[in-house]
Amino acid sequence: MGAEPMRSDLGLYDYLPWPGRPRITWPGGKKLAVWIAPNIEFYEYDPPNNPTRSPWGRPNPDVLQYSHRDYGNRAGWQRMMAAMDRAGFRGSVSLNVALCDHHPEIIRACADRGWEFFSHGIYNTRYVYNMTVDQEREIIRDAFDTVRKHTGQELAGWLSPALSNNLWTMDILAEAGIRYTCDMFHDDQPMPVKVRSGKLISMPYSLEMNDVIVYNSQKVTPRHYGEIIRRQFDQLYRESDDSGMVMCIPLHPYLVGQPHRIDAFAEAIDYIASHDGVWQATGREIAEAYHASGAYDAMTAAAARHAQGDR
Amino acid sequence: MSLPEGYLDYPARRHGMDHDRYDWSDMFARKPIAWPDGARIALSIVTHVQHFPLDMPAKPFKAPGALSMPYPDFRYFTNRDYGNRIGVFRILRLLAEKGLRTSFAVNGCIATRYPALLDAVAAGGHEVVAHGLDMGKVHHSGLSIDDENAIVAETLRLLRGATGQPVEGWLSPGRAQGFNTPELLARNGIRWNLDWANDDLPYRMRTKEGPLLAMPLAYETDDRVVANEYFQSEPEWVQQVKDRFDVLYRESAEYGGRVMSLPLHSWVSGMPYRVEYLREVLDHILGHDGVWTAPVGQIAAAADAQV
Repeated sequence: MGAEPMRSDLGLYDYLPWPGRPRITWPGGKKLAVWIAPNIEFYEYDPPNNPTRSPWGRPNPDVLQYSHRDYGNRAGWQRMMAAMDRAGFRGSVSLNVALCDHHPEIIRACADRGWEFFSHGIYNTRYVYNMTVDQEREIIRDAFDTVRKHTGQELAGWLSPALSNNLWTMDILAEAGIRYTCDMFHDDQPMPVKVRSGKLISMPYSLEMNDVIVYNSQKVTPRHYGEIIRRQFDQLYRESDDSGMVMCIPLHPYLVGQPHRIDAFAEAIDYIASHDGVWQATGREIAEAYHASGAYDAMTAAAARHAQGDR
Repeated sequence: MSLPEGYLDYPARRHGMDHDRYDWSDMFARKPIAWPDGARIALSIVTHVQHFPLDMPAKPFKAPGALSMPYPDFRYFTNRDYGNRIGVFRILRLLAEKGLRTSFAVNGCIATRYPALLDAVAAGGHEVVAHGLDMGKVHHSGLSIDDENAIVAETLRLLRGATGQPVEGWLSPGRAQGFNTPELLARNGIRWNLDWANDDLPYRMRTKEGPLLAMPLAYETDDRVVANEYFQSEPEWVQQVKDRFDVLYRESAEYGGRVMSLPLHSWVSGMPYRVEYLREVLDHILGHDGVWTAPVGQIAAAADAQV
């Protein structure tokens, strides 16, 4: 561990250009699958340090950043949930599973709405960097057990905590029964991931639709975020005439749930929901449809043909 | 590299928060707060008045707005000081025109450096909130309890002495606290603080030295954050502040009183080209019925028995 030389490529998927791919069809003849992934997170007040990445910019306790994130669990989540209810979206929750212990009240409200839970690690202040394979397997086991105990759901999806990964991560997720990963941003359609065992797919999540990137990195205004969401949707919706695509909106209630931001977001998802060809889905439902329609096998075969020079 | 021992242990994984400072609560499930005269919104305007020492230390971190050029940084030392010479008076003039009594979060050293500034703030009927000693004295857990207590006590001695006000409110430089800060604030007679950004309503904190309220202060619609961290334009700031108010105002009809906080900096909103944008914000907010503008201490007092 650690002695392995760095690779130049992840080696987790084959190149398969967009034109000429097998056609994807979604249930009910819908054109575009749209899923919303609220990251319901818990950041720790006094987390241990990871030598690769410090949880906070200031020494513990970083009261400003800690409390900013805590806003999501006190106030922001309710505004976000109300906007999604109004537009008819169920969430696929990217969950720091310790939140089941800290705030079961929030988990209950999500579960009562039929929302899906997928794992986003234990806490967003614990990274998998420098873990052994067995330690990382322990995180996965904890996540399965915690979500099952609190919601009765069997985990299908995974977004690594704070997007921290090891090169073996996808192999051990697949081995544990995870069906889809959200950690890769290379496509607008679900794609097979090359793992040692099982059938793992990469589910289109999105960096650029993600409010944490939009607000904390790109410094975009709330109304422009609404515009970005509509433009992303309009383009994918048109293109889905030919073959089904996936649009994801990853959220953080501490950001999108702020009073100066919620209305622009709510209006954007109302707009999406007003289109007949939209399939308002969860991550698990998209993964299931992808397998059931034969898309997984067809894409795998197409990628193999492409690799052999058949183009 | 290896992980510290116990990296997979979670000693604070339990119901509620992972510390004892305050309890979790759902802001939309609380007993509604009633403001005086049936007001729907308590408008809390907090103008930061700051001194950035030329030799401010870089460790363990600099407060936002800190000098950033090589020493001696003429550029930002003087730009920040503009707020103390001109900017704050421009804001005071606008607030007087609107007949508003508000709060000014003032570094303690201003009491000796610029007593005329503090006199003008007090003469306008505004409340002085302690904003630490200066922007180079950040609070953090690397400070000994005695050293940190000395900063708190000196700040309050200066501001209370200069204004005759009780000075019961606190805003840390950079909103930074150490593990002990809430205890030291309570020990020195502080009753409420503005450092925590997790709520739109006052809530009760726990310290070993007595009670403390957390008062809301918006983080992402702060004039300095929008201008100097997000690099967004003044019209974009105005739009976000209006949108923030509109949502809180709408919620107040169903969920009870809300606090609309408006953090300002004398060296940001006090610039000539910005102050009319501030007027636009105030005109929008004050154009609504049921807006109660008050110093934070009065809002805290009104909330104290209800939270």
